[in-house]
Amino acid sequence: MSPRNEYDSYLQGSYEVHGRDFVDAGLVSSQIKKGLKAKGIDEDIIRRVAVLTFEAEVNIISYADHGTVSYYVLPDSIIIEAIDTGPGIEDIDLAMQEGYSTADDSIREMGFGAGMGLANIKKSSDILDLTSEPGRGTCVKCTIMLNGKVPNGE
Amino acid sequence: MTLAEVKDLLEAKVVVGDDKLDTKIHTAFGADLMSDVLAFARAGCLLITGLSNLQAIRTAYALDIAAIVVCRGKPLTDKFVEIAGELGIPILWTPLIMFEVCGRLYREGMTGCIREIRIEDKRSVSQE
Repeated sequence: MSPRNEYDSYLQGSYEVHGRDFVDAGLVSSQIKKGLKAKGIDEDIIRRVAVLTFEAEVNIISYADHGTVSYYVLPDSIIIEAIDTGPGIEDIDLAMQEGYSTADDSIREMGFGAGMGLANIKKSSDILDLTSEPGRGTCVKCTIMLNGKVPNGE
Repeated sequence: MTLAEVKDLLEAKVVVGDDKLDTKIHTAFGADLMSDVLAFARAGCLLITGLSNLQAIRTAYALDIAAIVVCRGKPLTDKFVEIAGELGIPILWTPLIMFEVCGRLYREGMTGCIREIRIEDKRSVSQE
């Protein structure tokens, strides 16, 4: 699975995430947040984007070899896409349940792997579209509606 | 309560954020598991944790957490201090254990940023 840019976004960014790179977990989230803050986007919206991207990043680092986390700011919404070349998710309903996790000790030592990630991604999104092909990878697409909270001066 | 009062109460050292000691903080969240912090903590709260890696700071930044109290005297790396400074997250460091930290703050009127996890969030899952 590879990133795509089919959105008519006026602001966007894409970041590579490497599997098992625990030291940098959360770096992409911080970078995206800094970028959005500089553009004057509503802080509640930015917080949700930061949480979503953090969770998506940790998922890629924990389970995949490689992935990308991208964001697209559209006039009425922000789309976050996390696409990886990982093992995929066999049972999405089960993976969405809070507390369900296949994390190993190296993930837990970093403070993650509680089985809250996908549930939190769902909670923080207005629309969640999760597709996965076992053996190939996973694509998590989240939409956050701006509901009129447009950036200053845009 | 101001961050300066939190510092005195916890016999803490200010590692980052000397200029933010007048920040007012009313609520807190205590956990070592950043997964739970990301899922349940709220903007503006104090994060009490024994996890002193970069993920604790980045989690605090993502959620607009007011400050971090690193408890149990966990060692801090130069990189930790550098990133906290860069992201503007005040860091208090105390040898007190998390229970003691929470108890002292609660006694002085600080409350949890949420009180409990809602019932529908409490499904137990059998993993096998």
